[in-house]
Amino acid sequence: MRLLKNGEFVSGAVLAGLGVFIIMEAWQWEYLGPDGPGPGFFPLWYGVGLLVLSVTLMVVHARQAPAPESRGMAGTGRAFATWAALVVCVALLKVLGFIVAFSLLTLFIVQVLYRQPFGKALAVAAGGAIGFYLLFDVALNVALPAGKLGF
Amino acid sequence: MESFGYLMQGFAVALTPYNLLWCFIGVFLGTVIGILPGLGPAATIAMLLPLTFQMNPTSGVIMLAGIYYGSKYGGSTTSILLNVPGESASVVTCFDGYQMARQGRAGAALGIAAIASFIAGTFGVLGLMLVAPPLAKFALSFSSPEYFALMCLGLAMVALLAGKSMIKALLAMMVGLWIAGMGTDIFTATSRFTFGTAELLDGIDFVVVAIGVFALGEVLGNMEVREGAQILPVPKGLRKLLPTLQDLKDCRFAFLNGSVVGFIIGVLPGAGSTIASFISYGIEKAVSRRPEKFGTGVPEGVAAPEGANNAETGGAMVPLLTLGIPGSGTTAILLAAFILWGLRPGPLMIQDNPTLFWGLVASMYVGNVMLLVLNLPLIPLFAQILRLPAYMLYPFIFGISIVGVHSVSGSLFDTWMLAVFGLLGYAMRRLEYPSAPLILGFVLGDIMERALRQSLMMSQGDLTILVARPMSATMLFLAALILLAPLFRKADALRVKAIAEGS
Repeated sequence: MRLLKNGEFVSGAVLAGLGVFIIMEAWQWEYLGPDGPGPGFFPLWYGVGLLVLSVTLMVVHARQAPAPESRGMAGTGRAFATWAALVVCVALLKVLGFIVAFSLLTLFIVQVLYRQPFGKALAVAAGGAIGFYLLFDVALNVALPAGKLGF
Repeated sequence: MESFGYLMQGFAVALTPYNLLWCFIGVFLGTVIGILPGLGPAATIAMLLPLTFQMNPTSGVIMLAGIYYGSKYGGSTTSILLNVPGESASVVTCFDGYQMARQGRAGAALGIAAIASFIAGTFGVLGLMLVAPPLAKFALSFSSPEYFALMCLGLAMVALLAGKSMIKALLAMMVGLWIAGMGTDIFTATSRFTFGTAELLDGIDFVVVAIGVFALGEVLGNMEVREGAQILPVPKGLRKLLPTLQDLKDCRFAFLNGSVVGFIIGVLPGAGSTIASFISYGIEKAVSRRPEKFGTGVPEGVAAPEGANNAETGGAMVPLLTLGIPGSGTTAILLAAFILWGLRPGPLMIQDNPTLFWGLVASMYVGNVMLLVLNLPLIPLFAQILRLPAYMLYPFIFGISIVGVHSVSGSLFDTWMLAVFGLLGYAMRRLEYPSAPLILGFVLGDIMERALRQSLMMSQGDLTILVARPMSATMLFLAALILLAPLFRKADALRVKAIAEGS
C-alpha cells in the first residue's frame, strides 16, 4: 500500500510496463536486414533504455517514504474535474458542435469550479462562445467543429 | 560585409507593412503572456501554431519568434510588481526588482528591465547574425553519423539540465521518442505502435502533443490552486518610468554582462534563460563594489538577469537555425513549425532560404525596438492584464486549443488525443517529470532514427562508424560524459544546485 502512494514508484512501474510493451512490439519487426537496420532497431534500444531507467527509478524510490503531499487532494480533484469536463466537451463536439459544447465547458468551470454566480457564468460562457465564433468563423475563416445542429 | 548586405535585404522583408503587423502582434502577445503567470511562450506558440498555417512562412516565423522574445520582456513586470515571476527566467528579477518597487521605485525598476532587455536582446540578435553563417558553413561537412551524434549531445544536455532527476528527464525523452515512432516506418512502410487504428498510420500530429502537454498540462496544473495577488500601484506617466542617470551608470557593466552571458548560455542546448539569468546575477554580484546591497533593491540586480534572459533568445536561435537542433521546449516548437511549413532548419537553411533567415534576423531588431517603445509607456496598462480573472482566461485556452487542433486535421480523433496528452502533461507536472525532453524527443525522434539508420546503411550495419569519425566520436564522448555526470557526486551536486537555483 505504501508503495502505491509513492508517485515515483507508480510512474516508474507504468513506464517499465511501457518499456516491456515497446520491446515486445519491436521484437516482431526486423532488427537488422541486408540494407541495414530495420524498423525494430531503434525502438528496441529506446525500449530497453526505458525499461532499465524506470526499474532504476522504482528501486531508488521503493526505499524512500513518499514525498509529503504539497497541494492536497482537493487541488488534484479540481484538476481532474476540469479534465473530465474537457473530455465531456470533446464527446459533445460531434453532437452539439463547438459553440454549445464550449459554452457548457465554460459554464462548468466558471460556476462549479470558480463558484461564480450563475448569471456571471452564463455571461462569460455566452460571451466566450460568441467571441470564438466572431474571431475564428467570421474574421479568420477557420471553421469551428460543427454538430448535428449544423453549427 | 556580406552579412551586412543580406541584413539590408532582411530589413526590406521585415519592414513591409504586412510583416511589421505580424511582428507587432507577436511581440504584443508575447508581452501579454509574459505578464500572465502560468502561461508560457511554449504553450502560446503551440496554441497559435495551427493559425499560422495560412500565412506565408516568413510572416509566421516572425510572429512566433516575436512571441518568444516578447515574453521575456513581459516576464519582468509581475516579478517587479508582485514578486511573482511571469516566467521562470524572471525569478532572479524578483530579488531586487520587487525590493525597488517596495521602496516606491517600481517605475524605475520596470524601466531598467525594459532598457536592459532592449540592449541585450539587440546584442543577442547581433550575435546570431555573426555566429550563425560561419557555424552553418562548418556544419555543411556533417554527414548522418555527425548528425546522430549531435542530436545525442543535444538531448543529453537537455536531460542534464531539464530537471532535478536526470532519470526522469531521460524517461520523458524516451517517451517522446516512442510517440515520434508511432505511424508508418519511412524506410519499410511497416506500421508501428498504431494499435490497429487507421488514424495513427500517419503518426501523431506535433500540434496535438505540444498543445496537450504544454498548454493543457499547464492549465490543469494551475487549476489546482486559486490564488489572488495584490498589485502594487505603478506610477503613471513616462517620466517616472525612466531610471535616473545614476541608475543607468550603475547598470553599465550589468548591460554588458547580461548580454554576453545570456547569448553564450543560449547557444548551449538545455541551459536556457533561467540559468543564464542566475549566472549573470551571480557575476554581477561577484564583481560589484557593493555586493552586500544585492537583494535590497539595486538597479544592476534587475539589469543583469533581465538582459541575460533576453540575449539568450538570440543565442538559442543559433543551433536551431544552423543545425536544426532545438535546445528547449519553445525552440522545439519553433522547429516543428518550420518542418510543418516544409522548411528544414540546418546548415543549408541560410543558403536556401535567405529571405526567411535574414528577414527573421531583421524582424528581431525591429521587434526589440517595438518592445522598448511598447513597454516603457504602456507598462501600467499591461499590468492591468493581471486583473483578468483566471475563470475567464482558462476556458479561453481550452477553446483555442480545441479549435487549433481541429483546424489542422479536421479530425475529432486528434481532439481526443489532445485530451489524452493534456492529462499526460498534467501528470508530468504533478510527478515532476520535465516536459521539454519529451517534446525534444518527439521532434527529434524521427530525424534521429533516420540519421542512425542512414549511418548504419553506410557502414552495412557496423556500429563503429559512429565512433570512427572524429567529429561524431567527440560529440558522442561528450554526450556519454554528460550522461555519466550524475554518477560523480561532486558533478551531480553542481548540476542539482544549478537546477535548484533555476527552478
